[in-house]
Amino acid sequence: MKYRIFKDKITGAAMAALVVSSLFLVVMLGLGLLYYSIPVLKEHSISELLFTSSWQPSANKFGFLPFIISTVWVTGIAIVFAVPISLLSAIFLTEYSKPRLKKAVFPVLDVLASLPSVIYGLWGSLLLVPIISRFAASAGISTTGNTILAGGIVLGVMILPLLVSLFVEIFSAVPVEIRDTSVALGATRWQTVKKVLLKKTISGILASVVLAVSRALGETIAVLMVCGGGKLLPLSPLDSGFPIPALIASAYSEMGSEDTYKSALLFAALLLFIIVFLFNLSSRIILYRIEKRFT
Amino acid sequence: MKFLEEKIFKILMYLSLGIVFAAVISIIITIFAKGVSALSWDMIFHTGRQGGILNAIAGSIYIVGMSTCIGLIISIPTVFYLNIFRKKDSKLGYFVRLSYDVMFGVPSIVYGILGYAVMVSLGMRSSLLGGIIVITLLILPIFVRSMDEVAKDFPRDILDTAYSLGATRLETIRVVLRQIVPGIATATLLSIGRAIGDAAAVMYTAGWSEMIPSSFKQKAATLPVAVLEFYQQPFSDVQDKAYASAIILTIIVLLLSIGGRFIMNKFSKNKLQ
Repeated sequence: MKYRIFKDKITGAAMAALVVSSLFLVVMLGLGLLYYSIPVLKEHSISELLFTSSWQPSANKFGFLPFIISTVWVTGIAIVFAVPISLLSAIFLTEYSKPRLKKAVFPVLDVLASLPSVIYGLWGSLLLVPIISRFAASAGISTTGNTILAGGIVLGVMILPLLVSLFVEIFSAVPVEIRDTSVALGATRWQTVKKVLLKKTISGILASVVLAVSRALGETIAVLMVCGGGKLLPLSPLDSGFPIPALIASAYSEMGSEDTYKSALLFAALLLFIIVFLFNLSSRIILYRIEKRFT
Repeated sequence: MKFLEEKIFKILMYLSLGIVFAAVISIIITIFAKGVSALSWDMIFHTGRQGGILNAIAGSIYIVGMSTCIGLIISIPTVFYLNIFRKKDSKLGYFVRLSYDVMFGVPSIVYGILGYAVMVSLGMRSSLLGGIIVITLLILPIFVRSMDEVAKDFPRDILDTAYSLGATRLETIRVVLRQIVPGIATATLLSIGRAIGDAAAVMYTAGWSEMIPSSFKQKAATLPVAVLEFYQQPFSDVQDKAYASAIILTIIVLLLSIGGRFIMNKFSKNKLQ
C-alpha cells in the first residue's frame, strides 16, 4: 500500500521536473542565440547593423537593412492578401453556410495547412513566377518573376488556413443570442456581422493577425525559392528580395570559419526570435483571455 | 440599400472561398503534373549514387520515426501531469501551455541555425543525430498542445470513479490513456506531417548525403532538402528528382491529413457525455 503511494509521489516529482524544465527551453533558445551573436555585437553597434544597407561579409560590413525591408514587404503583402480572404471565408463559414459545406471546407483547409513549405515554394516558382513575369512584361517591366510580390502571395496562401481556423474559432465563441437580438431589430445578416460580430471580436481578430504575421516572418524555404535573392535595397514589390530567414538559410552554407559572419547570421536569427517571441506571447495571452471570457 | 450591401458581400465571400479552393487545387495539380512523369520505381529504390532518391526517403523515415518516438515519450507524461496532477487553472499549467505555444511559433530556421551552431561548438558535424534532436524540438510543442486540447475535456467523473476505487493519481493513467488514444493518434499524425516537410531545420543539422546513413554520426538526406537541392540545379534530369521527391512528400502529407480527419470524426462520434 505504502509502496503505491510512494511510486505515485516519485513519478509525480519526475514528471514535474520534466514539465518545469520545458519552461526553460524558450529561455535557453533566447540565451543561446544571444551568446552566439555577441562577437558581431562587439564589433558593430546595433543601429549600424539594423540601419545600414551594405552587405559585404568579406569587408566586415553587415548592414541588414535590405533584408529587413524585404521581410517587411513580403509579410505586408501576405497580410494584405490573406486577411480579407480569410475574414470573409470565416464569416461565411460561421454565419451563412450550411453544415454540409462546412464539412467540405475544413478538410481542404487541413490540406493547405499541412503542405510543407518546399511544396509551396515549388508551386510558387513553377506557377506564380512565370505568371508574374508575363504580367510585368506586358506592363513594360522586365523581371524574371522571382520577386517580392511572388513571395508575398505564396506566404499569403500559406497563412490562410491558420487565419481562417482562428477566426472561425473566435466567431463561434460569440453567443447566438446576441446575433438573434440584432436580427430581431431588423438588421440584415451582413449588418449584424459588421456591427455586432466584428465589433465584439475585434481584439481576437487583431491577435490572430499578429499571430499570422509572426508565422509569415519566420517562413524560410518558400520565400527562399521564389523571392530571387537580390542583396540591394528593394524599392517595389517587383524587385527581387531577400527576407531574413532566407538569408540565414542560404548564407550558412557559404560561411567558412569566419566568426563575425557566423555571428552576424545568428544575430539575424536572434532578431527574428525576439520579434516572433513578443508577437506570439502577446497574441496568445489575448486569445487565452477571449477563450476564458466566453466559456 | 442594405440588401444590396448584403448581396455584394455575399458575392465577395463566395469569391474568397473560391480562392481558397483554387489555391489548393492548383498546388496539387502543379505538383502532380510535374511529378507523375518524373516518378518511377527505379528512382524510389535507388540511392543518390545510382540516380534515385532512396537516400532521402530513408533519411526522412529515420529522422521522423525517431523524433516522433522521443516526442511521444516526453509529451505523454507532460500532458498527463498537467491535466491529472495539477488543477485545471493552475499557474504552472498556464505558463507551460503559454511557453509551448510560443515555442510552436518559433521559426524552424531559428532551431536549425542554433542547433547547428551548438553542434559546431561541441565539435560535431551535420549528422542524423543532429537532425533528430532539432526535429524533436520542433514537433514537441505540436504534440503537447494538440494532446492537451483533448485531455482538457477528459470527463472528471471517470477520474473520480477511479479514485473512489482506490487508485492513486498515477494509476489512473491506464484509464486516461485509453480515453485519449484518438487524441494521441491525431497529435502524432500532425507532428509527423510537420516533421517530414520541414527543410529549414534539417538542411544544416542533418546535412546531405548520397547514401543511407548507417550510424547516428553520419550525414542524412531528407525529402524536403532533396526538393530544394535538386530544384536549383540547371539539369532537367536532376530537376526530375526534385519533382519526384515533391510528389512523394505531397502524397504522404495528404494521407496524413486525411487520416487525421478520419480519426477525429470517428472519435467525436463515440465521445463520452
